[in-house]
Amino acid sequence: MLPFLLRRVGVMILTALTLSFVVFCLTNLAPNLEKLARTEGSVRMSDDAVLSWIENNGHGGSMVMRYGQWLGVAPGWVRTDDKGVTRGRCIQGAVTAESAPRFCGILQGDWGTSTVFREPVIKTVSEKLSSTAWLMLWVMLVMVPVSLIIGVLSGMREGSRTDRVLSTFAIATTATPEYVSGVILVVIFASATTGISPILAEWGWISGRTLFLGTATSAIDKITFWNFALPVMTIALYGIGYIARMTRASMTEVMTQQYIRTARLKGVAFHQVILKHALRNALIAPFTVIMLQFPWLLNGVVIVETLFNYKGFGWTLVQAAGNNDIQLLLACSVVAVFVVLVTQLISDVGYVFLNPRIRLS
Amino acid sequence: MEPLSWPMIFAKMAVQFWPVWAALIVTIVLSLQFRRRLGLYGKLFDSNVGITGFVIVMFWVFTAIFADMIITFNPIAQLSGLKNALPGTPLPDTDQWYLLGGDHLARDVFSRVVMGARRVLTIAPAATVIAFMVGITLGLPAGYFGGKLDTGLSFIANLVLAFPVILLFYLLVTPEIRSTGVPIVLAAVLFLFPVIFVSVLLNSRYFTTPARRNLYVGVALVIGLWAYSGLAFNMDPTGIWSMDPNLLNVFVSVVFVNAPTVFRIVRGIVMDLKSRDYVAAGQTRGEGPWYIMLWEILPNARGPLIVDFCLRIGYTTILLGTLGFFGLGVSPESPDWGSTIDDGRRLLSIYPHPAVVPALALMSLVLGLNLLADGLREESMRD
Amino acid sequence: MTDWDPSKPILEIENLSISFFTRLREIPAVMDFSCTVMAGEAMGLVGESGCGKSTVALAVMRDLGKNGRIVSGSIKFKGRDLTHMNDEDLRQIRGSEIAMIYQEPMASLNPAMRVGDQLAEVPMIHQGMTRADALKLARQIIADVRLPDPDRILRAYPHQLSGGQQQRIVIAMALMAKPALLILDEPTTALDVTVEAGIVDLVKDLGTKYGTSMLFISHNLGLILDVCDRLCVMYSGEAVETGNVIEVFDKMRHPYTQALFRSIPLPGADKNTHPLIAIPGNFPLPHERPPGCNFGPRCDYFRDGLCNAQEVPMLAVPGHDRHATRCLRWSEIDWDAPAKIGKVTEKLPPGRLVLKMEDLKKYYSVSAGAFGGGAEKVVKANESLSFEAHENETLAIVGESGCGKSTFAKVLMGLETATSGQIMLFDENVQDTPIEARHTDTVSKLQMVFQNPFDTLNPSMTVGRQIIRALEIFQKGKDDADRVERMLTLLDMVKLPRAFAERMPRQLSGGQKQRVGIARAFAGGAKVVVADEPVSALDVSVQAAVTDLLMDIQRENHTTLLFISHDLSIVRYLSDRVMVMYLGHVVELGTTDQVFAPPYHPYTEALLSAVPIADTRVKKRRIVLEGDIPSAMNPPPGCPFQTRCRWKSQVPGNLCDTVLPPVQVLAGGHQIKCHLSEEQLAAMEPVITIAAE
Repeated sequence: MLPFLLRRVGVMILTALTLSFVVFCLTNLAPNLEKLARTEGSVRMSDDAVLSWIENNGHGGSMVMRYGQWLGVAPGWVRTDDKGVTRGRCIQGAVTAESAPRFCGILQGDWGTSTVFREPVIKTVSEKLSSTAWLMLWVMLVMVPVSLIIGVLSGMREGSRTDRVLSTFAIATTATPEYVSGVILVVIFASATTGISPILAEWGWISGRTLFLGTATSAIDKITFWNFALPVMTIALYGIGYIARMTRASMTEVMTQQYIRTARLKGVAFHQVILKHALRNALIAPFTVIMLQFPWLLNGVVIVETLFNYKGFGWTLVQAAGNNDIQLLLACSVVAVFVVLVTQLISDVGYVFLNPRIRLS
Repeated sequence: MEPLSWPMIFAKMAVQFWPVWAALIVTIVLSLQFRRRLGLYGKLFDSNVGITGFVIVMFWVFTAIFADMIITFNPIAQLSGLKNALPGTPLPDTDQWYLLGGDHLARDVFSRVVMGARRVLTIAPAATVIAFMVGITLGLPAGYFGGKLDTGLSFIANLVLAFPVILLFYLLVTPEIRSTGVPIVLAAVLFLFPVIFVSVLLNSRYFTTPARRNLYVGVALVIGLWAYSGLAFNMDPTGIWSMDPNLLNVFVSVVFVNAPTVFRIVRGIVMDLKSRDYVAAGQTRGEGPWYIMLWEILPNARGPLIVDFCLRIGYTTILLGTLGFFGLGVSPESPDWGSTIDDGRRLLSIYPHPAVVPALALMSLVLGLNLLADGLREESMRD
Repeated sequence: MTDWDPSKPILEIENLSISFFTRLREIPAVMDFSCTVMAGEAMGLVGESGCGKSTVALAVMRDLGKNGRIVSGSIKFKGRDLTHMNDEDLRQIRGSEIAMIYQEPMASLNPAMRVGDQLAEVPMIHQGMTRADALKLARQIIADVRLPDPDRILRAYPHQLSGGQQQRIVIAMALMAKPALLILDEPTTALDVTVEAGIVDLVKDLGTKYGTSMLFISHNLGLILDVCDRLCVMYSGEAVETGNVIEVFDKMRHPYTQALFRSIPLPGADKNTHPLIAIPGNFPLPHERPPGCNFGPRCDYFRDGLCNAQEVPMLAVPGHDRHATRCLRWSEIDWDAPAKIGKVTEKLPPGRLVLKMEDLKKYYSVSAGAFGGGAEKVVKANESLSFEAHENETLAIVGESGCGKSTFAKVLMGLETATSGQIMLFDENVQDTPIEARHTDTVSKLQMVFQNPFDTLNPSMTVGRQIIRALEIFQKGKDDADRVERMLTLLDMVKLPRAFAERMPRQLSGGQKQRVGIARAFAGGAKVVVADEPVSALDVSVQAAVTDLLMDIQRENHTTLLFISHDLSIVRYLSDRVMVMYLGHVVELGTTDQVFAPPYHPYTEALLSAVPIADTRVKKRRIVLEGDIPSAMNPPPGCPFQTRCRWKSQVPGNLCDTVLPPVQVLAGGHQIKCHLSEEQLAAMEPVITIAAE
């Protein structure tokens, strides 16, 4: 078990390094840097001035060296200009050239400064991440039980009416990406002119103009059912369909297995067959699916946070990308990739754990 | 004139769609007639799910084909006074209506959605085809040979898959990246795969009769490289093959995102099928590995691949919509569904129609593709 | 249930008809089936695949699935009609009164549940036993099915046990509630012969010990003779003959039963003088059954206007013990007339040497453990193989799973290269030449026929196209038209209609596919053909036809046939020389007569004893091997067979445990790899004796 775990972690670190390097290259392309120079310096800079700005702010030199500095395995750049002012990667704020450490990359905890939010990237990212964590938590709490129940119910009697109704629902939700379901949910539940809100308001059942709030901005401070239900549902819906279909497929396959027949023919009652014999075998596959859903959930988070104006991690990513905030985008990307890799690792290890056939051989 | 009531709006739209209805009826009648001779496609008509999916998909396919005949207005014309007009609003002094209202730039929503179908239904299937070619060309040897090749390719595939799609798009589909030429490099690599695929396919089968092989492979190479030069480098002297740089960027990114998943599927199937006796029979009579992969294994993997192909077109449609939704790589004029939804959502709670109509269109197309895939899966398993 | 009279039948099936309903049509699977099982009796159901025998078993369990339905008739268990019983009552009976044992033990056990829990479940449901008591009972029953170390087994997961152990667990599970009726559906088909023998013994003993009645389903007549008191022969959904086992075997009264016995290789059959007689034609598809007698179109005694004019009822055979037959002409037929012997052929003398292996070794290195890492292990798949094969000769390679026969085939074909040693193929050393590097001529002269008919042809290519491809790759034929002509000739050669060229493999039956596989192998004029269990997946009546076809082609082309098989009956029938393998070693090599008569290698002796023979005259000495075949990953030290050998105690010292035995060459070039002295070997008695008439 241990060698397996070590190998997996090793591969994961290798993957993380490769990916962060790729992201670093893609965010530090020459055009991005030029754009950065013009926004940080002046828009009317000459091309030469842009080049020297890039050079003077430590964005020159080879990509690998810059990556090393960012990572914190190569010494940060130090440059003394004509006026004798020494500036450098690690020299900022109260830190002087003399007291500056040699290395200051993410390994040392220095993630740089955001040009949009004008604050340390690490502060922005951790704040936003915690907001998004709440969103994810609620999504998971809704999505996982609902999808598993739907999947198991429809998979245990393939072709029954329950199965057909639930499967149709599952297919419909997988056909509805977040930006579609979000729009439709808002129109139905959070529009003052259409959907059910005007009717409810007319009957006097709701005090406000709409049933749910169309934005989730206020949820940053205080999560309520009315400002959080729509974003959570929007993300969860797509996932529910997908996981439910996987669970159903896994469940129907298990139900055709011979050991289920064995159980039935030794007189086990149907509900016991499901609970004792089928469920454990049927839930191994969905577990990995749920874990591997994270990259897509992240997608949903970005879309929903944009759509509902919830200032979390996804929203920050969009701001960073849209405003050429290199350090922030880089940090967001690394965090996103890291989350994905960790969930993949959990999925792999969990699969082995859940499956006695693999665990013990 | 009076604004149209909802039943009238639907009636008018139904009339506009007449070429689609005609084509649908012809297709279905012919298919039902000959379904026993049409293999898996014919069997599709035995399943309600499959038939529903097929009809929805074909509805949009025919809409894309006959879009010019269906639209009522130029999709980018802005008519004064019809900004955010409600569905059924008449045009002053004419006998025409904005059937589904106008958007925030006073353009006809109906015509834009119809035109959007054409755009979506050309890019999504084409990108999926290329992604399949890439995935198959790499997945076959990875699964068949295994070993270091497999480890290497799988590692690369996992790298791409570890990226959240949206992040990859934000990194790959930007004006900055276009100016560095990265998309062209990617295109140069990805578009090479179809050419390689077809050439190897023909060569492995016909190398026993060199004259015929030379003819087939030659023709394939000429056409392939001609298209390749035009699409990837925009260097086709005749100008038949070319691609807008914006579009190329979007297209390449979508292929890039999809190919690793196809790779994984193909690799898995090959690992399963390569232990079959007919593969061993091929090996023992001295067939080359590519013949075995392409002619012995691949045709028998077609069931799951066709199903995944349908699902993947739907997924690609969703991805394209996502790109449009974030305004990545599309021109503001573009009628594609994703960016139309994005335009419409700003005034969503007051004027829902400009966003809801393309949203429903996109949803129905993807739903149709999913149902079609489900029907195909069901029928291919039955025998 | 308590007021049931033990002198009445336990199970009484009357006029049972079962159909499966598909979208297109109703498919009758079983028609008008009746049978009775008395208390303590073992009833055999025998027939070829698709004859409906398993459907009958599932109908007794009332588990026919969504599409299957009992159309008419009744199934009475202890006097209660099962066909109209509600789910709750059925559940009470399943597992406690009627239990079932399945074909594939691995698939029948829940992979995620410990064996103990799966066993304990039965009395917990049916007798309301506490878990602790149930586990105690399970422990006792595990000991009853002769599994070692019951405590470890209770805690184990199914995949930690070997196939034979798993089947014993399935049997134990069936016995947990001491059922009155046990249904065994091909319980040993997935197991090796020597393991099968142990299971069969166990089943017989337990049947006696617990007084359980049995419904034993099998395609193997030999097994039925071993286990059952009575049997019922089924053909195409109907029972065609039923009666006492001895009477049906010796005095059969139905043409199908007779034809079946004539098509299986019993001792005395010989490919030259007493060839098998295949049943002509094919098994009818369920929706294309002929009018009247189902066997009519394939029957030698068929009479137009009689046999196809009416439904045939079961007719009692007077004077016999509850013997009945579904044949209108049974009383007219002379049942003792000897079979018309087909063409008698001359044995061809062995020709020049075409293949010679010398000290061939093939080792694989595999990484141990499922998670990669760990130490590399060497699997010795083939250990010092030496033999020769001549033109016209059939050399049989016999062994059970893991003996290395498939690896040997791969190395010979060039799909793998040998670790060391020499392979001489037509004056050419090929041990280091992988197939890509071999000359087209060499490749086309050495071809292979595969085991699984459903796998041997590419499902998405027409039959003709597959043969033409072989011709193309072997560079036969000057143009397309010529190749098409050659392809049609090849179809003629394997006795398939030319129209089959356009068919897809799924439209062919198993035997027909196997013929196409043979045609493809001979497309390049093969001189050496490796046949890897070519008939083991076919029904017995088809086996004879395919075997004979192979023999005919061999005779015509002077081919050397390397016949890989685990079935000693067929090996004895068609081979000239036999090589017995165990765990990668050749343990015995000699002519067929030498190998099938003493002195034996102890393994050959056990193997011979284990093979069930469907002949009442044959007397066998019962030698049941202990335990299972060791894994090739982890072979025992010394002699590979020492863990199961019953002669081990007769070898002085711990020679067997430590030293690999040398090859002893006995009279006539008969080779045996054993530590037993020449005298001990010579003193061995024959395993099989045929009682004088």
